[in-house]
Amino acid sequence: MAAYDASVRSRRWHTLLIMGCVAAAMLLASISAEVSPVKFLENIHRFPSYIIRLFYLENGQPVWTDIGEWFWGLDRWLRLLWETLLMAYVGTLLGAVAASCLAFLGAANVAPARWIRLVVRRFCELCRTVPELVFALLFVIAFGLGPMAGVLAVAIHTLGALGKLFAEVVENIDMKPVEGVSSTGAAWHVAMRFGALPQVLSNFASYALLRFEINVRGAAVMGFVGAGGIGQDLIEAIRKFYYSDVSAILVMILLTVAIIDSLTSLLRHRLIGLEGKN
Amino acid sequence: MDAVRDRYPEHFRRLGPQRLPMIAVATAMFALLLFGMERLGFFDGKLLSGMGRLVEIAGLMLPPDPGSWAHARAYGMALIETVAIALLGTLSAAILALPVGLLAARNVTAQRIVRFLARRSLDTIRSVDILIWALIWINVVGLGPFAGALAIMTSDIGSFGKLFSEAIEAADRKPVEGITSTGGGHFMGIRFGILPEVFPVLVSQVLYYFESNTRSATIIGIVGAGGIGLHLAEAIRTLELQQTSFIILMILVTVAAIDLVSSQLRFAMIGRRGGVSG
Repeated sequence: MAAYDASVRSRRWHTLLIMGCVAAAMLLASISAEVSPVKFLENIHRFPSYIIRLFYLENGQPVWTDIGEWFWGLDRWLRLLWETLLMAYVGTLLGAVAASCLAFLGAANVAPARWIRLVVRRFCELCRTVPELVFALLFVIAFGLGPMAGVLAVAIHTLGALGKLFAEVVENIDMKPVEGVSSTGAAWHVAMRFGALPQVLSNFASYALLRFEINVRGAAVMGFVGAGGIGQDLIEAIRKFYYSDVSAILVMILLTVAIIDSLTSLLRHRLIGLEGKN
Repeated sequence: MDAVRDRYPEHFRRLGPQRLPMIAVATAMFALLLFGMERLGFFDGKLLSGMGRLVEIAGLMLPPDPGSWAHARAYGMALIETVAIALLGTLSAAILALPVGLLAARNVTAQRIVRFLARRSLDTIRSVDILIWALIWINVVGLGPFAGALAIMTSDIGSFGKLFSEAIEAADRKPVEGITSTGGGHFMGIRFGILPEVFPVLVSQVLYYFESNTRSATIIGIVGAGGIGLHLAEAIRTLELQQTSFIILMILVTVAAIDLVSSQLRFAMIGRRGGVSG
C-alpha cells in the first residue's frame, strides 16, 4: 500500500510539474502576444454583436426579410466564386501532376540516385513550409494582380504537400511488378509507367481530391493579397463594414465548401471501392 | 511475334473498351484545365514575361540579408511573438475544445440533438478560414497579436473538437463499464474511464497542431494580427527582397525547430504512457 501511495504521489508530482511548465509557457506567451484580459473583457461583447450585426441590412432589418437586397451582388459573387473554384482546380491539377512526377524521383525504393532524392525532398519541403499567401505576394509582384498569381501559389503549395504524400505512397508499393518490367530491359521511366504507376494511381487521385478541398478554402482567401477570387470582395466588405455583404459572401463560401466536400468524399469513396475490387 | 499477336489479340489492342471511361474522364479534366487557364489569364502572354521577372526576383533575393542589426532584432522579436501567438492559440483552443469534443462524441453524449448541434457548429467554425477569423477578431480587440491568438484559438476549436470527439469515440468501452459497475456515475466514467485513455492521443494532436499553427501565425500578420507576417508583407511590398528571403529563412528554421521538438515530445509522450499504463 505504501509503495502504491508513493507511486501515485510521484505520478502526481510529475503531472503538476508538467502543468506548471505549460502554465509558465502560456504566461510568457501571453506577455509576448500582448494579451490583456481587461481589454478582452471590455470588448468581448463586440464579438457576438459583430456576428449578429452581420445579419442585419443597412436599413436595420434582418437579412432574411429581403433576400434580394442581401444578395444584391449575386451575379458578381457567383462569377468570383466560379473563378475561385477554377483557381483551386487548375492549381490542384498542375501541382498534382508535377508532384506525381517528382514522387518517383523522391521515393526511397525507386529513386534513380540518392542525391536526386535528397534534392527533390528538400524542394518539396520548401514548397510546403512557405505559406501559400507568401508565394502569392511574391507572384503578385512578378505576374501582376490577378488570379494567375493565386493559381501558381496554390500549385506550388500543392506540389510541396502532395510531393511528400505521393512519395510515401510510392514507397509502399509492391516492388515485384517494377522488377519484372526492369528485367525485360526496360528503361527507368518505362518501369515506372508500367510497374509502379498502376499501383499508385488511385491513391494519388484520392489524395489530390483531398487537396482540392483544402485548396478551395485556400483560393477563397487569395484575394486578400490581390491574387484573384472572391477573397478580394470579402476583405473589402470586412474592411469597409458592409456587414450584410460579409455574411452573404461568407454564406456563399461556406455552402460551396460544403458542397465540394461532400462531392469529393463521394468520389473518394468510389475510388477506394475501385481499389478494393482490383 | 505475329503468332503471339494472333493468339492473344486482346493484349495487343492499344485501347481496350474498358479504358474508354478513363480516357473520357482524362479528356474532360484536360479540357476543363485548358478552359480554366484561359479564363484565369494564362494565355494572355503575361505568363512568360512573369516567369522572367520571377527569375529576376529570385536572383535579387540572394543572399538573404536583414539589412541592419536593428532590422534583425525587430524580426527576431516578431518571430518570438509569432511563436507566442501559436502557443497561446493552440493551448487555449485545446482547453476549450475538450468539453465540446465530449459533447460531440457518441459514447459520451446520448442526446442526438446536442451531438448534432455540437458537430454542426464545429463544422461551421472549421469552414471559415483563419484569416477571416483574424479579421473578425481585429474588429473586436483591435489590431495586434492578441487578435491573432484569438483567431488561431477560434479556428482550432473547430479542428480540435472534431479530432477529440473522434479520439474519444475510438476509446475502449471496458474501463467505463468497470467504473459503472462499481457504482460510479456518468461523470466518473468519463473522468476515470475515458480521459486517461485518450489523453496521450489528444496531447499528441495538440503538439502536431502547434507546428502547423506556427506556420499559420506567420501569415495572419499580413492582415494586421501581429507576428512576423506584417514585416514579411511589408518587405515584399516595398521590394526589399533580401530582407524577404531573410525572414523566410528565419521562418523555415523556426518551423523546423518546432517540428523537431514537437515530434520528440510526441514520441516521449506516447512511448511513456503507452509503455507504463497502456
